[in-house]
Amino acid sequence: MTIQQSYAATATVAGYNFAFLDEQTKRMIRRAILKAVAIPGYQVPFGSREMPLPYGWGTGGMQVTAAVIGKNDVLKVIDQGADDTTNAVSIRRFFTRMTGVATTEKTREATLIQTRHRVPEMPLTENQILVYQVPIPEPLRWLEPRESETRKMHALSEYGVMHVKLYEDISRHGHISTAYDYPVMVNGRYLMRCSPIPKFDTPKLHMNAALQLFGAGREKRIYAVPPYTEVKPLDFEDHPFQIERWPETCALCNAEDSFLDEVILDDRGGRMFVCSDTDYCSERQAAGHRGRMAAPYKEEAAQ
Amino acid sequence: MEMIRVENLEKTFTLHLRGGVALPVLRDTSLSVSAGECVTLHGPSGAGKSTLLRSIYGNYRPQGGRILLRHDGELVDIVGAQPRVVLDIRKRTLGYVTQFLRVIPRVATLDIVAEPLIARGVLAEAARERARLLLSQLQVPEKMWSLPPATFSGGEQQRINIARGFAAEYPILLLDEPTASLDDHNRKIVINLINDARERGAAIVAIVHDAETRAAITTRLLPLQALGAAA
Amino acid sequence: MIDMPLLSVEGLSKSFGRQVACRDISFELWPGEVLGIVGESGSGKSTLLNCIAGRIAVDGGKILYRTAAGDIVDLATALESRKRHLMRTEWGFVQQHARDGLRMNFSAGANIGERLMALGRKHYGSLRDTALEWMAAVEMPGERIDDLPRSFSGGMQQRLQIARNLVTRPRIVLMDEPTGGLDVSVQARLLDLIRRLVQDYNVAAIVVTHDLGVARLLAHRLMVMRHGEVVETGLTDQLLDDPQHAYTQLLVSSVLSV
Repeated sequence: MTIQQSYAATATVAGYNFAFLDEQTKRMIRRAILKAVAIPGYQVPFGSREMPLPYGWGTGGMQVTAAVIGKNDVLKVIDQGADDTTNAVSIRRFFTRMTGVATTEKTREATLIQTRHRVPEMPLTENQILVYQVPIPEPLRWLEPRESETRKMHALSEYGVMHVKLYEDISRHGHISTAYDYPVMVNGRYLMRCSPIPKFDTPKLHMNAALQLFGAGREKRIYAVPPYTEVKPLDFEDHPFQIERWPETCALCNAEDSFLDEVILDDRGGRMFVCSDTDYCSERQAAGHRGRMAAPYKEEAAQ
Repeated sequence: MEMIRVENLEKTFTLHLRGGVALPVLRDTSLSVSAGECVTLHGPSGAGKSTLLRSIYGNYRPQGGRILLRHDGELVDIVGAQPRVVLDIRKRTLGYVTQFLRVIPRVATLDIVAEPLIARGVLAEAARERARLLLSQLQVPEKMWSLPPATFSGGEQQRINIARGFAAEYPILLLDEPTASLDDHNRKIVINLINDARERGAAIVAIVHDAETRAAITTRLLPLQALGAAA
Repeated sequence: MIDMPLLSVEGLSKSFGRQVACRDISFELWPGEVLGIVGESGSGKSTLLNCIAGRIAVDGGKILYRTAAGDIVDLATALESRKRHLMRTEWGFVQQHARDGLRMNFSAGANIGERLMALGRKHYGSLRDTALEWMAAVEMPGERIDDLPRSFSGGMQQRLQIARNLVTRPRIVLMDEPTGGLDVSVQARLLDLIRRLVQDYNVAAIVVTHDLGVARLLAHRLMVMRHGEVVETGLTDQLLDDPQHAYTQLLVSSVLSV
């Protein structure tokens, strides 16, 4: 059973509105989302609510999810690519109790995916929405502390200073060392932070079939990349944007096209690289791909 | 050709810091100088010789009268002229030589002398060539040319300033004690420079105390009298 | 020389509450001209500079600027986008304190390259070459291109600020006490550099200073301000050698020797 329908609607906690937020609040957030979709990459302010989690735990993403989730949605929640980490588990459990919707760990089965720090390896479809948890939405924040000034810079497309940051990367490290939360231009107009996804994932935002929504709870901002929107990483002519490469393939599924986590095995320098996207990895293993450290697949082992 | 025409010049200094006391220095002063003339201002101390010279240079602002200078073929009134007009006249027409060099930090002697020429559009190398010629004529040791003159002696600075004043071959030259405190040899060199300038057609107005030099350069003398102070 | 002013300020006024900072100020700035604004602190000279730079909104008056393209823009009423674009291309602003005019957390090279990147230069190698050229022009050793401004001396920070401004070859540079707070010997060097750069690149400049020595060395023309008003204007040497207004006479007589 992959879709966990054991929690029927009846299992939701009594006394709470569907998806925790009241209908007025959801409407307010949806209006912000609509505006965000209409102006790709533009940060729309919204009246962020207190959620039963502290800021920094994905309250922005949760409010966006709560505003768009319907009874028939199938929800997947990932944290650093994994469905079974604390943050993912507690958010999934929260929505299960507050909506009773089905949840899944399979990317292809989900209609709504809330994510922290990763984009699933499997290409998304037009029937899916990806919700990003965003700690700091303003790409210019570390360069310009004044909000009034950054708003002006967005309004006037004054983004030269962002290249100053990349210039500095190259002058210090010989290459653009910004490895996550890479700055991108959306639809040729707005400079946007992709939330702290690795730069490996940045190209996935470009012309993605799914609707991508970004929620920042503490900073009270929502922004969006509508389906099939151009998303271009900033770079230099002589230092073009490049994604990470690994010396090895996934030790479990042998994938060479996915984002790998380094796992330390012992204190004698032993290590392995495995897919950060656990669903992608297990699907590949199910399809018979084997990495150098993979155990025999459980069905084969059972024979 | 008339190069300078001063008409009914009036200059009074009002000293606001001393209760507004007025010191009239020039009243109804007139003067005309043609090309090839050297007019020497003559009169006791306080007669307004320097004031007249500085007024012609546009440095002092008279209260009345006109000072017409031939600039680009036309007579232009420097009294009340726009600053940029005054600067243009100084750049291309009007030279002023005093015994005091205004030192610009860090600029080499050679460049100080060549600067007025370069400002007039002469190529840097040609300007420096002329600067070298003048500096060696005035016996400024060659080893000093590349140094800023801030630490040089008064006599050396004075000769550098003279070289600078004569470098650009201005059509009008104003000289304020150019030979004061020079030794005999250098004074003769400066006298030659002045006479050369006049012979090539410069109109010159000079203040010279030393009778010998005055006799050597003057074509006409303009006597000036001190005015009584008025409250 | 084009026979038109680069900048015409007409009747500029600015008050902070009941405090008048600038009252009905008018002047023109011509191409290549250096205008000094002198006066003691509180005279309104810095406010005037900031008004001209569009950093402070004026209460009244016009700031007419003739752009490189030849049209006249009233900076007092121009769209902010236009104003900001002009400020980082055709204008420069050198602050008294380098920390206000530099990005202290970015290297010298990044500081010099910023304006160019803002204009769309996206070639790292050529940005670096340009930065090195400008470092040489302001007498900074090229090997310090990757160093942070805070590791530089005060004089070098000011020179970096100048390079950062001149890199787009502005037509007007505004300077607010550019040598304030520097040692005398460092001041002299900086003044000489500014004098040379202004000449070489034919930039017009407005220099606010309370130091008449600085004014004498840099400015063609001076404007003396007191209590928000211009009390006297004229050629620099006219004003310093033959001051006519009581306040100018006081200023000049208060200086040891200029």
